[in-house]
Order: sequence, then C-alpha cells, then structure tokens
Amino acid sequence: MLDAIGVASVDELFSDVPDGVRLNRSLDLPAGRTEDEVYTHLAALAAKNVHADAEVSFLGAGMYDHYVPAIVDSIISRSEFITPYTPYQPEVSQGGLQVMFEYQTAIAELTGMDVSNASVYEGPSAMAAAAYLAKIETGRDHFIVSSAVHPQYRQTLATNAHGYGAEVIETSIGADGLTDAAALASAIDQRTAAVFVQNPNFFGGVEDLGALTEAAHEAGALVVCVADPLTLGVLAPPGDFGVDICVGEGQSLGNRLDYGGPSFGFFAVGKKLIRRMPGRIAGETTDVDGRRGWVLTLQTREQHIRREKATSNICTSQALNALAGMIYLSWLGRRGIVEIGELMLKRTAYAREKLAAVEGVEPLFDAPVFREFAVRLDAPVKTVLAELAVHGVNGGHPLGDDYPEHENGLLIAITERRSRKQIDRLAEGLAAAIATAKQTVGAEA
Amino acid sequence: MADEHYPEDLKYHPEHDWARVEGDTATLGITWFAQDALGEIVFFEPPAVGTTISRDAAYAEVESVKAVSEVIAPLSGEIIEVNDALADAPETINDDPYDAGWMVKVKLSDPAEADALMDVGAYRQHLDEGA
Amino acid sequence: MQAERAVTIFEKSHPGRRAAMLPPLDVPDRDPADLLPAAALRKRAARLPEIAEPEIVRHYNRISRRNFDLDSGFYPLGSCTMKHNPKLHERAAALPGFSRLHPLQPAERAQGALELMWNFEHALAEICGLPHVCLQPSAGSHGELAGLLLTRAYHEDRGEHRTKVLAPDTSHGTNPASVTMAGFETVKVATNERGGVDLDDLRAKAGEDVACLMLTNPNTLGLFDENIEEIASIMHDVGATLYYDGANLNAVMGISRPGDMGFDIVHVNLHKSFTQPHGGGGPGSGPIAVSDRIAPYLPVPRIVRDDDGRFELSTNEPKSIGRMRGFQGNFGVFVRSYAYICSLGAEGLKAASETAVLNANYMLARGREGRVGKYLPVQFDRTCKHEYVLSAAPAKRELSVKALDIAKRLLDYGYHPPTIYFPLLVDEAMMIEPTETETPETLDGFVEALEKILAEAERDPEFVQNAPYTTPVRRMDEAAAARNPVVTQDLDALS
Repeated sequence: MLDAIGVASVDELFSDVPDGVRLNRSLDLPAGRTEDEVYTHLAALAAKNVHADAEVSFLGAGMYDHYVPAIVDSIISRSEFITPYTPYQPEVSQGGLQVMFEYQTAIAELTGMDVSNASVYEGPSAMAAAAYLAKIETGRDHFIVSSAVHPQYRQTLATNAHGYGAEVIETSIGADGLTDAAALASAIDQRTAAVFVQNPNFFGGVEDLGALTEAAHEAGALVVCVADPLTLGVLAPPGDFGVDICVGEGQSLGNRLDYGGPSFGFFAVGKKLIRRMPGRIAGETTDVDGRRGWVLTLQTREQHIRREKATSNICTSQALNALAGMIYLSWLGRRGIVEIGELMLKRTAYAREKLAAVEGVEPLFDAPVFREFAVRLDAPVKTVLAELAVHGVNGGHPLGDDYPEHENGLLIAITERRSRKQIDRLAEGLAAAIATAKQTVGAEA
Repeated sequence: MADEHYPEDLKYHPEHDWARVEGDTATLGITWFAQDALGEIVFFEPPAVGTTISRDAAYAEVESVKAVSEVIAPLSGEIIEVNDALADAPETINDDPYDAGWMVKVKLSDPAEADALMDVGAYRQHLDEGA
Repeated sequence: MQAERAVTIFEKSHPGRRAAMLPPLDVPDRDPADLLPAAALRKRAARLPEIAEPEIVRHYNRISRRNFDLDSGFYPLGSCTMKHNPKLHERAAALPGFSRLHPLQPAERAQGALELMWNFEHALAEICGLPHVCLQPSAGSHGELAGLLLTRAYHEDRGEHRTKVLAPDTSHGTNPASVTMAGFETVKVATNERGGVDLDDLRAKAGEDVACLMLTNPNTLGLFDENIEEIASIMHDVGATLYYDGANLNAVMGISRPGDMGFDIVHVNLHKSFTQPHGGGGPGSGPIAVSDRIAPYLPVPRIVRDDDGRFELSTNEPKSIGRMRGFQGNFGVFVRSYAYICSLGAEGLKAASETAVLNANYMLARGREGRVGKYLPVQFDRTCKHEYVLSAAPAKRELSVKALDIAKRLLDYGYHPPTIYFPLLVDEAMMIEPTETETPETLDGFVEALEKILAEAERDPEFVQNAPYTTPVRRMDEAAAARNPVVTQDLDALS
C-alpha cells in the first residue's frame, strides 16, 4: 500500500503535522485487552450497581421501570437497523425511513397533534428546543414555566435560554400540587413567547390543561406541554386542548433505563409550525416508477442548508430508540395503551391510600394523580430510604434537593410492574423504617 | 420547466430578480436563471400585504429541495398584492417565471429607482460575465 | 424486495388482534372517571396498530431488508467515520447492571457506573490533551452548543462582551447553527490555496469582539492545517477561545492532540471515532473536553471522587452553565465507547488512526489514474488524512454525469456512496472516508466500481443519470414530498 501511495512509511503520511503539536509519546492509557478481558472488566463494573431487577424499585421522576418486551431487543439488534447512518440515500434506506413515518404517525395520534418529527435527544432538551421554536415564531423572549415542571427540564431550558438572552420566569404551585393557574396567567404578558406545563406534572398531578392554555393564547403566546406518552391511552391528548407544541421523554416506550440514556425525546406540533420544527422528518412520496416510498423532507430547515439561519442545530434523531418506541407501541396496541394506563392509575390510587394510612406518612398534595405521587415523611427521608434499601426496597426519589420547602418529601412511582404485594411491602417497610429513623433521631437528641 | 428566456419589457437586478414597472407600481419575481439555479421549487412564502420592502434587501425566501435563496427587492415600496397561488403551486415559478410565477406587486416609494436597474441587454451581459 | 409495495404497520392492523398481555388487576377496581376529572379523560381511542407478535416481527424484519447497512457493505461516507461496530459492545451495554440501572439511583448504589464514567472521562481527556471532560452532551452539535455556552460564560465572567464566532467556509453546517443558538453571530473565514485557513483573512477578522474560532483539524477537506500553531496564537492574542469540532478525530488519535494544538474546547463524536453504532440516525453522544480556564463553567452534574475513592455526582458548581439535558448523558453509549478504548489501548488507538490515514491515502492514490483521475480529480492534491474530497465537476462538464448520478449508480454496485455536495467549497464534491476497518481488497473494489461507472457514462450518460436500478425503490420525488408534506399516515382513511 505504501508503494502505491509513494511513501516509505506511515509516518511520512503525517509529515504535515508540525513537530510542536505532535504527541511524540504513547497515550497514557492501559494497553489493549482481549475481548474476554474487557467483558470481564465491564461485568465487574456492572456488578457494583444496584439495578432495577435487584430490588423493588419505586424510583421514577422522569424514567420508569416499565417492562420492555423481548421483541424490542430482537428487532433493534438487527444490523440493518443498528448499523446504518442517517438515511441520506432513500433508495437504500426505506426501512429506516418507513419506521420514522410510522413513528411520526403514532406520536401524532397519541398526542393529538398534527405532526411529529422523527424524534430528538430526550425530554428536557426537547423542551428547550420547543422554547427556541417559540422564540423564532413569536419574536418574543420571555418563557413562563410552571414550577411543577420536572426540575431537570427547567434547568435545561435555563441553560439554553441564557445563550440567546431569553428570560425564564417560574411560577408557583398551588396547595393541591398543581400549577397555580392564576399565578401563571398573571405572569403572561406581551413579551411571553411560550408557557410551559407538564401533564402529568412532576408530582404525578393531572393538570387542567384547558385553563392553562387559554390564558397563554389570549396573550398571543404559544403553549408547550410536556407529556408522558404512556398515560395518553387514558388522558386526553394535549392536542385536544389546543397546545401548540407537545414534547416529552420517550423512555417509557420500550427503552432501557440505561442510567439515563440513550432514550429519545418526542416533538410534535400543530401544522402551522411544521416548517420551524427541529430535527429530521420523513415524508411519503413515490419513485420514478411510481412505487411508494419515503424520504427525509423539509430539509431546508436544517443546518447543512440554512446554516446560521437553521431552525435548530439538532441534526440527528434518536432513530434506534424511536424504533424501540414504535415496536413497543405496536406491541401494546390500541387496547394495551388503555389497559396499561388504567392499571397504573388504579394501582397508584391504591398505593396513595395505602401509604396515607401508614403512621408518619401523609400525602403531600390532594390533586388527582396518574402513575406517581408525593408524600411527606415524618422522619428524615434519606435515612428512611437507606433503611428501606437494606430490605431490598427502593422507596422513590427524595424531593428536598429540588424543592427545599418539601424537605422530607418523597416521590413514588407505580408502574405496571409494581404489584399490590410490592406496594404493601413498601407500606410495611416505610412504617418500620420511619419508626427506626425516629428512634435514631431521638437517641441522637 | 420553461426554456431560458429574458423578456424585453422587464428591468433586471443583478441578484437575478425582475421588475415590471407600470407607472408607480411594479410586479416583481425571479429570473429564469435564478429558478434554474435553484432547481425544482417546493416552497414560497410571500410577505404580508402592507409590508415595506427596500431595494437590494431580501423580502422573501424561495426554497428548492436542498437550497434556500433570498429574494431581493429590485425596487423599494409597499406590497399591495401577493401571488397566493404560489403557496399551493410553487412550481409555477419554474414553469412560468415571468407571468404566472410573479411574486408580489408593489406600490413604489421612488419610481426613479427603476432607472438604476439593468435592461435585458445589460442583464444578459451580466450573466455572460459569470454572475 | 423491489416488487413489493411498501405497507405500513397501521395498514396491517386488524381489529381485535394484539400482542401485549398485561398483569391482571390486583387492586380494587375503580372507574377512571372517579379518579380523574372528566375533562382530563381521553374521549377518542388512540388508533395504535392492532397486531400480533409474529406479524410485528415479520413486518420489521421485512422492512429492515430495505436498508443498506455497515455490517453488509462498504460505507465510505465522508465525515461520518463508518467503522466497524464491535459486537462485544452490545453485550456489555446490555448487562443489567448498566441497562437496568435507574439514573436517579443514589450514587452509593451506582458506583460501578460512576467509576466507568470517571475512567472514560480520563481516557478522553488524555486522547484530547485537555484535562476536564463532561460527558453530558447528546451529540456533536449538542457538544458544540455546550462549548459555545461555555465560551459565553467564560467571557461574561471576565466582564467581556464578545459577539462574533469565526468559522471557516468549509465548516459543518451545525457550527453556524449552534453559534446562532448560543446568541453569537457567525463570521466566515476564507480557505487558502492549500485547503487550510487563510491566515490573512483570519488576522483581519480576529478582533476584541471575537469570542471563539471553531475549527476542524484535519478539516472537512481531510487536510491537516499546518498553520495550526499560528492560528491558535492569533486567536489567543485577541483573547478568544478555540473550539475543536472533533468530527475528524479519527485521523489523529495518539498522534496529535487538540489540547496540544492550542484548543480550549473539544467535542468528541462517540458515534464516529469511538464505534457507537449510528442506529440509522442516532443515538450518538458528544462529550466535551476543556482546558483549565474553561473548567469552572462545565455543565452539571460533575463526577467527583473523594479521598476514599468513592464517586459522587456534584451539582454544587457555582459558575456552571447548568444542565444541557436530563440525567448524566447517554450512558449506554459511554459503555460501548469505553469498551472500545479498553480493547484497543494506547497503541491500538494510534494504530487505528494510522491505518485510517493509510487507507484514505491508498484509495486516493489508486484513484489518481484512469478515468477516476480524469473525471474525479482530488481538489487539493496533497497527503490527506482520514478522508479526501474529489470533484465531479469534470464528469459533469464532459460526461453530463453529476456527483449525485455517480452516487446513485454506486448503489447498484453494492456500495454506500460517499458524502456528496459537502464541503460547499468544492464544486460537485464527493467526500470519501474509508476508515481503518476496511481491507485493501475492499478499497480496490470501490475504486474499480468508480472506474466502471465512468466508463458507463462515457458510453451512455443517460444510463448513469437514471441510476439506481436494483434498489428497493429508485430515485424518489423529493420535490413532491417537500411541496405537499405527508409526514403522518391518514388514519381516518384506514378506519
């Protein structure tokens, strides 16, 4: 090969790299290892983690322990899905493009929106992308966000908004655990580009989307709703309330927990915003012989064409994760999406009542909830959780770091995998752990 | 697509836009050369009636599958009419760039600006020079 | 596959069929209408497909065969680094200790995950020559945005207001798009006759109002900019930061490090140099490595290690720009890329870059002769790095066959075409990146296919202009798709 190139050594191919910027030593990294050695090393690291099969987990707060059917693993492992690049050559990418089209259809149908893109990174950055769209669309630069929106979504929005000089205003939560509609309405003015709410909200509370949407639209602002797709077999879709942009986290649809990623974010809009939507979009058309097929369409929105005037810098979707989502939705089907929603709703109602009867536990809020609810413990929450963990139960996510006013608040998630028996075990465990924690606190005092 | 041609009765701007001046109003569009360079046009969003446009500044965008081009105003004025038919059939700009493919009608703020535009001979020469 | 009309899963739906069986109700039955306000309840069913498991499997297996994929054929897509995706990585990422780990699991019960991220951060820091790494960004362009927000925070903290970001005219389109989202204005820098940054133009544009220069080195022409030290010193003299778009890191691992070139911020595309499978367009991951002066502003949470070797996630970083996304980033991608670094080690990574550059130069040399040399000359004829850019302008002029036509005909020969029409600087560009995991026989075969296609074009240009012929569909009417976007299925028409 060197002869064909006309050089004497591989080094010569790097003669254009100036001496001053050459490393001229080995990288300070371990030597290469065999496949067996690497696997063994990684398996040892994995073994140091307590995963969701190794305990009974009530952790949620953005990602959930739902069952992922085996067909998801089987199909997304196919090299034809996992190893191609973005479908730039539609003639040899019809599989991936058709999946995008089916996915877009499913998301639009679930959310009640006109159109969906082929997915974005994940939930929080999807909300930030919605904000950027709202800024471009309205020419305004204030964002009003309910404090009942997931804290990580709000933080991600703030990071992004600071870049282009927009202001984020957070509004309060009512005593019932829902967005304070009056506070939200009074924060909206002529500078408001968009209002952001989540349904169910961070505390599992089911919001009154109609009331929240109305106030924003009166002032000419857009409404962005963060939704949970797995609740939408039962909950009215955001599109029914006239929401302009519906985004959210797709992990609950057939994606792994993966310590937080990769998963996918979904992004759906009303028709009039389609040309400002970020991300890839597949569209149906025909080939020169009249055969049905799909292409990436509306590409003039994108960076490789519009560069600094692009509607977003997002140039990828999460195609494989969205495929997992689409397979999951097909598996669940028209009836399954209702059944899983109702099961979560009923079990959550049972769990909230069950825990409310435990001494030292009281519901934090009284609004209706879906698959998650918050309680207040009469003991230090992290001590209680540590005690529960000893008995193989992960009690949920403590609220104090994000909501200091709820120092001993605990957010508990009930998926279709948490049986009545497990909920009862949590109730018993909590009772015992609170009693132990109170004794310890008492002894220390 | 239409064959290459440049009508005698139009005034031309170096950014490949034309104007048909009638008294103190003018009809504007893009030339055969511009539509050919873009390829199949898929989207044209006209500005709103009542918008003021300024000579040499962009007043709209026209899109093909893989390109976006700004449409430059050859003359200044206020938009009094837009070609709504282009929303549903933007390919008309390819098929008939000078008649059915017109983009906007403008009430000119300074009709004398037209004197600075090129006639067809000058525009053809501009094209020959590799514009 | 070609004769078959595409059918969507919605069209295969049949009332009453299903796949999922859900757990039985084991708590008191309640009417949803008693648990939720009436207005909150869905009134019209979500029309998801009704289909049994065997048919779901068959549907997706069948449509998968309408994709070209890296495991089946050569994929020399310039700037995308389509190298082999080792299969070990999928097995490792699927370990329940990783794949079933909840992101909010308290640190004391996620020590293995944090240790992996810690080790991985340090490996990337060493490869980039920059001491601090944040794994959070989800993709290259997300890393760019993070880097520009860091630049903004750095200047703001020093009380400086800078508005411009410089980027070469050959840069990736995401660079200027990210610049706009970070609230800056892009200023283009010209390219010189050797394909590098035009230093005079750079000096003219480098002023006190410039926040940052974004650069790829080797650049998008596949050429190493020999003036990199001078470029860095020009930018540092005006107080600007230097941003390295790591899309082309595959050329220089273990040979030259962005940090040593003078860059302050680098993003690394784990789905390029570090073998995360592309997944048909995601997931990817775009960690950033930064210099000491940028470190205080890095996104949170940060991984910290205490004196006892215990790992924690820290959000207590007062100067941080904040979060870029949820949780800790695309951890599943980190597992795969970390496995890759462990497998190759220091020498293996260097050998990978050397071989990538060897393969690219070999293909370039093979294509200097014959019809390829005549109709598809290389634009900047020097030693390339991991990729190179040909111009099909002579083919277009003399044979009436464009880069697009050649790309489409390559599909009939069983190859994925190169990246075409990028960079914009090169007329009829064809950007070829073979990567290190291809054999000389494969590279020869591709050059021979180009030669044959050009011979076909000499005989019958129209034949090449109408390619492909053997693919599941032929050229698509993209104009119709864009004029009248049909982006969801009309479910009303099905029911």
